Amino acid sequence: MASLGSLALLIALALAAYNLIAGAVALRLLETGQATRISPERLADTARRAGIAGFVAVTAAAFALVWAVFTNDFSITYILEHSNRDLPAAYKFSALWSGQEGSLLLWAWLLGAYGFVLRLTHKTDVRLYAYAGTILAGIQVFFLAVIVFPASPFALLKGAIPEDGNGLNPLLQYPEMVIHPPMLYLGYVGFSVPFAFALGALMMRYPGEKWIKITRGWTMVTWLFLTCGIFLGMHWAYAVLGWGGYWGWDPVENASFMPWLTGTAFLHSVMMQEKKGMMKSWNVWLIFSTFLLTLLGTLLTRAGLVSSVHAFAQSSIGTWFVVFMIIVLAVCIFTYVLQRRHLQTEHHLESLVSRESSFLFNNLVLLTACFVILWGTLFPILSEYVQGNKVTVGAPFYNRVAIPIGLFLLFLTGVGPLLPWRATSLKSIRRNFVLPVVALWAAAMVCLVVGVRPWKDGAFDTGSFYALVAIAVSAGVVTAIAMEFFRGAVVIARQTGRNLLVGTWLLTRRNMRRYGGYLIHIGVVIVVVGLAGSAFNRSEERELALHDKLAIGPYTLECVGSTQETNANYDSWYALLDVSKGGAKQFQMSPEKRVYHPTEQPQTMVAIHSVISGDLYVVYEGTNPDTGQPIIKAFLNPLVGWIWAGLAVMVFGTLVALVPSQKPAAQKGGR
Amino acid sequence: MGASARRIYLTRIVQAAALAAAVCFSLGASDGASRYNNLNHRLMCTCGCAEILGECNHVGCPNSAGELDELRAGIAANKSDQEILDSFVAKYGAVVLAAPTGKGFDMVAWIAPFAVFAAALLGTVLLVRRWSVGKTGASAAVVEDPAALAMREKIRRETDTNLDGGF
Repeated sequence: MASLGSLALLIALALAAYNLIAGAVALRLLETGQATRISPERLADTARRAGIAGFVAVTAAAFALVWAVFTNDFSITYILEHSNRDLPAAYKFSALWSGQEGSLLLWAWLLGAYGFVLRLTHKTDVRLYAYAGTILAGIQVFFLAVIVFPASPFALLKGAIPEDGNGLNPLLQYPEMVIHPPMLYLGYVGFSVPFAFALGALMMRYPGEKWIKITRGWTMVTWLFLTCGIFLGMHWAYAVLGWGGYWGWDPVENASFMPWLTGTAFLHSVMMQEKKGMMKSWNVWLIFSTFLLTLLGTLLTRAGLVSSVHAFAQSSIGTWFVVFMIIVLAVCIFTYVLQRRHLQTEHHLESLVSRESSFLFNNLVLLTACFVILWGTLFPILSEYVQGNKVTVGAPFYNRVAIPIGLFLLFLTGVGPLLPWRATSLKSIRRNFVLPVVALWAAAMVCLVVGVRPWKDGAFDTGSFYALVAIAVSAGVVTAIAMEFFRGAVVIARQTGRNLLVGTWLLTRRNMRRYGGYLIHIGVVIVVVGLAGSAFNRSEERELALHDKLAIGPYTLECVGSTQETNANYDSWYALLDVSKGGAKQFQMSPEKRVYHPTEQPQTMVAIHSVISGDLYVVYEGTNPDTGQPIIKAFLNPLVGWIWAGLAVMVFGTLVALVPSQKPAAQKGGR
Repeated sequence: MGASARRIYLTRIVQAAALAAAVCFSLGASDGASRYNNLNHRLMCTCGCAEILGECNHVGCPNSAGELDELRAGIAANKSDQEILDSFVAKYGAVVLAAPTGKGFDMVAWIAPFAVFAAALLGTVLLVRRWSVGKTGASAAVVEDPAALAMREKIRRETDTNLDGGF
């Protein structure tokens, strides 16, 4: 299998190189109109077909690796290091992306899959797709070269082959880890497609904004994957790491968040280009930056430039990524300088208070947030270079700098829809803003009454203050969005004689993208409320003998047993806890600690009881070596479930936005 | 209420709010438990797990329990927050602090994000103002006509409530 896999990768590399070179030559010939023996159109088509065949070859390589995992072929170093005989089947499959070489193969396969779909749908616009396909082939050449030369997943073990493998990192032996990395990679890799279209459109001086419409679906789907990937990662961190949180501002988390921020900025500002012919250069650079940030994220993950808890995939291929990023940046700058006249804007903003400028400020804030995270991630390296000693840039830095920026962004989310295009008047501002402002203050008052107060034990508490502001602004934003739906629905209901509910549905059908976007904003608001809850997290830790109790918030946990079990894959220690509320037993929880056999690495299996008001989160911390009794840590984490609910709304909103709008009857009938 | 009186009134409200905020922010945590909680979230566990000291929970961590004991001892000895943090830095190096300090080159870490944001904001505002000034001359006559203004507002409102307009 190792030979088949290596051969398949070599063939894939050769095909990608042919796709790149033949595609580039064909496009050049088409550009210059130079006469040749072979027609440039045919040459371009052979390049496209090579791209399709390349995907088949990468698929064969990925299959070879999966086959090797399932057949316990420990002659392959990668399989030896990332699997073992007793590893459950689902995790054997996830071994494909649990290490550096395998995850790069997954990257190449996903890129091949995106390219496959793109090349099959080339008839949408043959020339533009040829450019995009050739650029994607260039990216594919790089990734295939990395896995063929310095990071081959099929490298063979030297010496005797062990009976069993080292096993999979226990942190990765969790159901979400079967979904989270592919989802994140679908997002990362997917941004190559809008990047290829943007660069291709710029290279060929594509007339008009049609390329944006073509890539819209790609960009939104990619953004959706990245969003889901990030949230799944948060949930994994919450459920597996056992520290009671979901986001630690780890460099690798940051690396996934940065392209999400620029991608989100692009999704907003690209609408200005579509509708007004504005911000063309800005948009091109946003998508270039997004793609470069996905590479930077990969570089940070792999090269060990910054210390991270995601240490399972570090190596020395950083140099390859640095060189590739420099090449990509050089190509982007060169193309931009050469074609910048093509990007001249058709209109300018007329007023500081308009929807256009709200988009602009939204972009500004998103990019500032991206800069803050990039700055915080790279500052330890900069500090070491300047001062000679490394510093840590952890959660306190980001909480102090990024949260105010996030709140400002949330505020803009509410303000944007209330502003008309072009310019606005004071009267209009007053009319549109009254209800949201009332809602904001009312929410703030309610929060203060129910105990969400910006002080604790007589001292000002920043976390509670931010929570109060976040909840109040969220109320304003939801009101603003609800007003948008309501106003439109009233007009439609009046026109059609239907009720408001039907009016809302018809309104949404007429502009799925807009109202889908609003639903995404509502999802964001729900997530923000969930995040705000973290200001009120509580925790208690105790050693629990049989029938000992631990009280936290409204819950009382009573230890009714603790035991140890062994299976083929791990040893497990767990406690049985009866949880009562108001004196009555409600349910039982069993937090667990596992030690996996091949690696002897411990792993926490957190017990979580989730309700709308918050989570009871219980961790088996360990066993007291003197008494043999379990040490239990319980957290009461308010509103965490809102974060996952918010994601569901965001996903739904994105799906709504992806559905084509229904044209009004007048437009359908012959115009 | 006249325009100038209203302006003074608004100014007073803004000043009062700013003062209240400043007072709130200047208040600090005082009792031992909140100091302990505050300080253990300003320090890192030094075992290499890259977690905040107060949140490091991995089994058999060789460092966090010792560090937390040192922290408790520092508080019990009535040392100031800064003295405690300095003692940790002296023992473990600057990486033990969870965030850069406000001194020397570390200050750049705090200033740069706000400086970049302020510069970008200012640049954007100036740019938009320049564009809007360019436009005002051409459309001044229309803007000054109340009837035209009302009509334009109505059209805008309808477009904005829009049934097939943009996001």
